[in-house]
Amino acid sequence: MPELMENQKFYYDNKIVKLFILATIIWGVVAVLVGVLIALQLAFPFFNFGLEYTTFGRMRPLHTNAVIFAFVGNAIFAGVYYSLQKLLKTRLFSDVLSKIHFWGWQLIIILAAVTFALGITTSKEYAELEWPIDIMVAVVWVIFGWNMIGTILKRRVQHIYAAIWWYLASFLGVAILHVVNSFELPISLFKSYSIYAGAQDAVVQWWYGHNAVAFFLTTPFLGLMYYYLPKAANRPIYSYKLSIIHFWSLIFLYMWAGPHHLLYQALPEWAQALGVTFSIMLIAPSWGGMINGLLTLRGAWDRVRDSSVLKFFVVAVTAYGMSTFEGPMMSLKNVNQITHFTDWTVAHTHIAGMAWNGGMVFGMLYWLVPKLFRTKLYSEKLANTHFWIATLSILIYAIPLYWAAVTQWLMLREYTPEGFLAYPNFLETLTQILPMYTLRVIGGVMFLTGFLLMVYNLFKTMAIGKVEDNELSEAPALVSQGPRNPMRETVHRWMERKAVRFSIWVFVALAIGGAVEIIPMIFIKSNIPTIEAVTPYTPLELEGRDIYIKEGCYTCHSQVIRPFRWETDRYGEYSKIGEFVYDHPFQWGSRRTGPDLARAGYVNGPMYKNAAWHYNHFMDPQKMNEQSIMPNYAWFAKKDINLDMIPSKIRAMQTLGVPYAEGYDEIAVEELMIQAQAIVEDLKVSGIVIEPTRQMVAMIAYMHKLGRDIDPATLNQTSHEDSE
Amino acid sequence: MNIFYLLIGVSLFAALIFLGAFIWAVRDGQFEDNDTPARRILFDDEPIEDEEIP
Repeated sequence: MPELMENQKFYYDNKIVKLFILATIIWGVVAVLVGVLIALQLAFPFFNFGLEYTTFGRMRPLHTNAVIFAFVGNAIFAGVYYSLQKLLKTRLFSDVLSKIHFWGWQLIIILAAVTFALGITTSKEYAELEWPIDIMVAVVWVIFGWNMIGTILKRRVQHIYAAIWWYLASFLGVAILHVVNSFELPISLFKSYSIYAGAQDAVVQWWYGHNAVAFFLTTPFLGLMYYYLPKAANRPIYSYKLSIIHFWSLIFLYMWAGPHHLLYQALPEWAQALGVTFSIMLIAPSWGGMINGLLTLRGAWDRVRDSSVLKFFVVAVTAYGMSTFEGPMMSLKNVNQITHFTDWTVAHTHIAGMAWNGGMVFGMLYWLVPKLFRTKLYSEKLANTHFWIATLSILIYAIPLYWAAVTQWLMLREYTPEGFLAYPNFLETLTQILPMYTLRVIGGVMFLTGFLLMVYNLFKTMAIGKVEDNELSEAPALVSQGPRNPMRETVHRWMERKAVRFSIWVFVALAIGGAVEIIPMIFIKSNIPTIEAVTPYTPLELEGRDIYIKEGCYTCHSQVIRPFRWETDRYGEYSKIGEFVYDHPFQWGSRRTGPDLARAGYVNGPMYKNAAWHYNHFMDPQKMNEQSIMPNYAWFAKKDINLDMIPSKIRAMQTLGVPYAEGYDEIAVEELMIQAQAIVEDLKVSGIVIEPTRQMVAMIAYMHKLGRDIDPATLNQTSHEDSE
Repeated sequence: MNIFYLLIGVSLFAALIFLGAFIWAVRDGQFEDNDTPARRILFDDEPIEDEEIP
């Protein structure tokens, strides 16, 4: 037993915090810059530059991933590693783990940027990284958790402050989501197929997508709020009890709300209702956080007026409250009609991203950088300017998009007195809202300007001050209280020192991992078709589908028709679950910047276009529709598909349960060439000459496959909507 | 839509871990004092000068 109150000396690791801060700043600029680029592309297609590497479909995942995992991610790590040490009065668990964490995460970000530009993607939103990088993410994430939990175990403060509970929940939540959503069958280093198909894949993806918002963009930030807001205001949190209550209720509720992303889509009614119910319930714990944050500032509002840090926090927490009210409202089915597939969702995410996440990061950096560098902020005035520019820019960004969403929705559902769609051409509704896209660019450029002011201000501050890489502190050792602690120490030591037994535990852990890997295979069985007419993709169509995925077509085109008259009149019969059983991964999309393509291949449907039209449209969309904002894909006519990969793709599909005949992989290339030749002949009639192995041919084959198998007239006799 | 069994299972698994954490926290006495922790974080970091910094 050590002397009870003897102080122990130790050093805080400030260097790792500094590194994560630098990474936050640098990647933040990149993320916002790419955001401005894709906003420009939507307003002026010229900014796609006619290069495959810079088209919207490839840049959009780069933007979303850079914002979420590079900018916000590094900010979380900086904020967590600083506050964790201070709260627990100890150095981080391991310098080596910290270093691997930092450099591993930066390597992942660089690989992400390169692979997205090259079109290497799984097409699952915010989970687009291919499988080798997925594994790296899992490893680095576990190292982060290990480092954090290790730090907690060697703490010198008995009580685990509220902020740390949020950090722990974030670690666990993201780990589970990432693993479950990333089950893929690799066919090469750069290509894999989602193990789930169609509607099942969609459910897993949006369970992930929704909870990524929860456990990456919300819970870590509430943790940061519980540390940095009281510190900056120099006031205790308004209600510590409330922080505990809303923590536990929020983490228990969040996991169940995912289906609200798939309302009116090919999903069982009960699942949709469940998602909506939990979404509405989430208002209460979410507002617990907002109320607690804002009321902490009661009696300190005079300081808010002068402090840029507190101003950013106030806007952030208010935006959090607004977004967590708006979100549940958007999950109501009648509201969702308007908000889904329109710019409403884009506005919603940007209020949350720019104001809540951005505001928290900006406030935190303006407080933390001077603190860490033991100096004053270079210019408080400049920080205030940043605040006003940023706040204004968010309004200029979001309001036009809300406007655009309602305008487009009203136009899409308008009928003439004779009972026809008033705007049967989707493009008319898009052209109407294009001025709003220009306003959005202005908002984005302003936000970037404010960001750059911060970069200048912080670098100046860093130049004036000096950071103590290892900061000395002292605190009494944690004295064991009651019978529980010695128990825990014993277990811990036992695991550390007995190598054989420790190995057994590692094996048990791996076995659980293995079981989790095998279980999803069982679910492949339920991918068996429920609509007999639906056939697997031919090798050429499959190849075309892979190009569709590679180019990120899903970022603008959906492939699921909701059961509204104004959708079925425009796009064709509404989508059924059984139609998607061969779709690894699903391609339903989440935003219609272009028309839905679910029935683009149904010859008698309103969306059908012939091969020559598709050829010309890919070569130069503006030639076919002057108002179109689609980038051209002229390289489809020059680049070849990789025939060597076809057999392994077929075999992978067979493994996933797609019923190709035994040995089909051996004749797949022959079959592909026959189908390609037919399309080449078809194009020749229109005076277009092309080699059968070009990507263009595969894309046309895929376009003509979409929805082709189903004849709405006979559908009701031959299908059951759901096997269950 | 068998996938729901997997997702509900995984979500329940996560919920059970959270529940375990909650029970541990209560029994460990983490929530016995709901006042001082909020104040304590405000008094933690007066820098100590040290000549022996490596």
